Amino acid sequence: MTSSAPPLQRTILQRLLQELCPDCQRLPGPFPVWHGPCPGAQWWPLAQRIHQAGGRLVALWPDAHATLLHVTYALEETLAWVWLELGKAQKIPDLSPLFPAANRLQRAAVDLADFSLAFDAPDQRPWLDHGCWLREQSAPPQPYAFVPVTGEGVHEIAVGPIHAGIIEPGHFRFSVVGEKVLRLEAHLGYTHKGAAARWRQRPALLGHELAARLCGDSTVAYSWAFCMALEAALDWRVAERTLWLRALLLERERVANHLGDLGALGNDAGFAVGLAHFSRLREDWLRLSKALFGHRLLMDSILPGGVRTDLDKTQCALLHAQCVALEPELLTLRDIYEGHAGLQDRFGTTGQVLPGLARQLGLTGLAGRASGMAADLRCHGNWAPYNALDVQAALREEGDVAARVAVRFDETLESLRLIRLILDHLPAPGPAVAAQQNLASTHAVRGLGRVEGWRGEIQVALQLENHRDSLTLRDIHLHDPSWQNWPVLEHAILGNIVPDFPLINKSFNLCYSGHDQ
Amino acid sequence: MWKLFNQITRHGLCTEKPGSLTRPSSATSLTPDTNHGSDPGLTQTPSEIPVLCAAPRDLAPHEAHQRLLKIVGRALTIRAVDAGSCNGCELEMHALSNPYYNLEGAGIRFVASPRHADLLLVTGPVARNMVQALLRAIEATPRPRYVVALGECACSGGLFGESYATHGALSEVTPVDLCIPGCPPEPGFILQCLLTFLERLPASRLPA
Repeated sequence: MTSSAPPLQRTILQRLLQELCPDCQRLPGPFPVWHGPCPGAQWWPLAQRIHQAGGRLVALWPDAHATLLHVTYALEETLAWVWLELGKAQKIPDLSPLFPAANRLQRAAVDLADFSLAFDAPDQRPWLDHGCWLREQSAPPQPYAFVPVTGEGVHEIAVGPIHAGIIEPGHFRFSVVGEKVLRLEAHLGYTHKGAAARWRQRPALLGHELAARLCGDSTVAYSWAFCMALEAALDWRVAERTLWLRALLLERERVANHLGDLGALGNDAGFAVGLAHFSRLREDWLRLSKALFGHRLLMDSILPGGVRTDLDKTQCALLHAQCVALEPELLTLRDIYEGHAGLQDRFGTTGQVLPGLARQLGLTGLAGRASGMAADLRCHGNWAPYNALDVQAALREEGDVAARVAVRFDETLESLRLIRLILDHLPAPGPAVAAQQNLASTHAVRGLGRVEGWRGEIQVALQLENHRDSLTLRDIHLHDPSWQNWPVLEHAILGNIVPDFPLINKSFNLCYSGHDQ
Repeated sequence: MWKLFNQITRHGLCTEKPGSLTRPSSATSLTPDTNHGSDPGLTQTPSEIPVLCAAPRDLAPHEAHQRLLKIVGRALTIRAVDAGSCNGCELEMHALSNPYYNLEGAGIRFVASPRHADLLLVTGPVARNMVQALLRAIEATPRPRYVVALGECACSGGLFGESYATHGALSEVTPVDLCIPGCPPEPGFILQCLLTFLERLPASRLPA
């Protein structure tokens, strides 16, 4: 165990909950999660006290029947999951003055709950609902009301939803003077697929297939978080070896994404040879994943209670050798990136988010660690196998594209070390886990899973119910760290020039599909 | 474009040295290996570069056009449209451009605008929020155009299928010329499907 998880802070969150939401109880699972109802009068005071204590808002969502509004707060590795019972014509206090990310989360909650809840917030625009859904109540199809910027010489550039490159759809509205960006406003929700509703129609134990297809670049992180939540709800014990193999898959996914993005970042700054080399390295990486785990992007490699493929000694040696071969190439490319005047000129001070702003806006994950926000789930808490791996979290303070590039290099090298460590200490296969024992007795239990994906913390919260002797999901919500980081991107571009936007955007590389769901 | 090409075959590039005007007007001189013929050292050793030995002559316009088509006429430009995909198909489309698959070497290129495209590669279970943009992109693509469904979601609706937020298969909203299944389809398979599709197209339906 590496982290010095301060017991004092843990008690702060627990004490707050005991004081304000006395019915909270600890959920099973590798992380300390306290959950329970929050009295209506305590909704705002609880948020305020957690904000004062340095906690952060993770997710906010309505349940499937729009009877409860859930929220999760994190303070160090402890998580509070509380819910509010929705009454009639009740205006819920707006949390966005404390946690800016709440703005869009609340608007999405209104969209998803069919307008059966209302927030006492100034921004009432729909977010995910574009007026195209087949529902009884839907926002009227009207143009999205972007905040207008006026003044002499100000004009707007509208980009999307279909972008010039091969990327996911979203709309960006730039207000510019000359080349300088005065304001950027994003409009997302184009890839909303009604995933939660689809989950409820499927057996709970097949839910991992959907979790693997919510965000193609984070399929391992989503699958693991889903399985962690499911296993916590069912109180399953998972074999030690399984957890280590899952961590191996997660680190391989992290490396694959960083390789892709580092190449693309070089390319966006006019350094095409960087793209050529990194895309070659990424392809080698994906091909070995295909050979050993059956899928290039590792989809469906994590199942409830286990992993799809085990490794023998020869396969472990192949994985080990690939790390050994990649490391010197990566170090060479890092030297080239760091020593190239043209690249550093484009990267340095571009798209800067200083630590103060990052803290205020709740920047998280990889982008957060480039702006001095030292949060990495792999370093906190006592959860296997990361408590045995001594993960060194990357951390930079500059908050510009250069810092995010540096964090990616550091994290890739650290992952290469972790993969070799995991392979060296892989626990021996244990006895099969008795998985089915709890299914019949399950009745409306909740579970929560958290995983540090390459982009940041993925959280899955679910509730199971036994419906006619088959296990189904009564409610499920998946949270992507992009919810926190999209609004920060709009700040990062301010004062920069329009041609730098692709570079800044790529340095964050936020998720559309995982955000829209 | 063929006018420009014909002018080059007759008179050479105006930016080149006068001596290079004696270069042969064969269309094959456009291939990369012989494109640097303006170097006097190269033109003096014709025996090593047989293409350059051909006697210069003017091409009739239609002949130049035919030759141009033969070389670049089978090139293909693609506009990718994500209609609600999970980004998995997009990652594999990106992989097509890496040095292993070398998509551009096969004369296939991703372009920024549907107006420059021969073929639309559509992914995802057609999110209802994306339908208007998708149909506009299809409308903006000049004929003859091809609409290809890439990945399980676009081919059949995949796991997401039809719901309040998605249409399911791409064929529910627009006629589809080709389906490339897989979740996501691997880059080698995408390339194979596209090349086979082009090969089997009747000459009348080839990209202009």
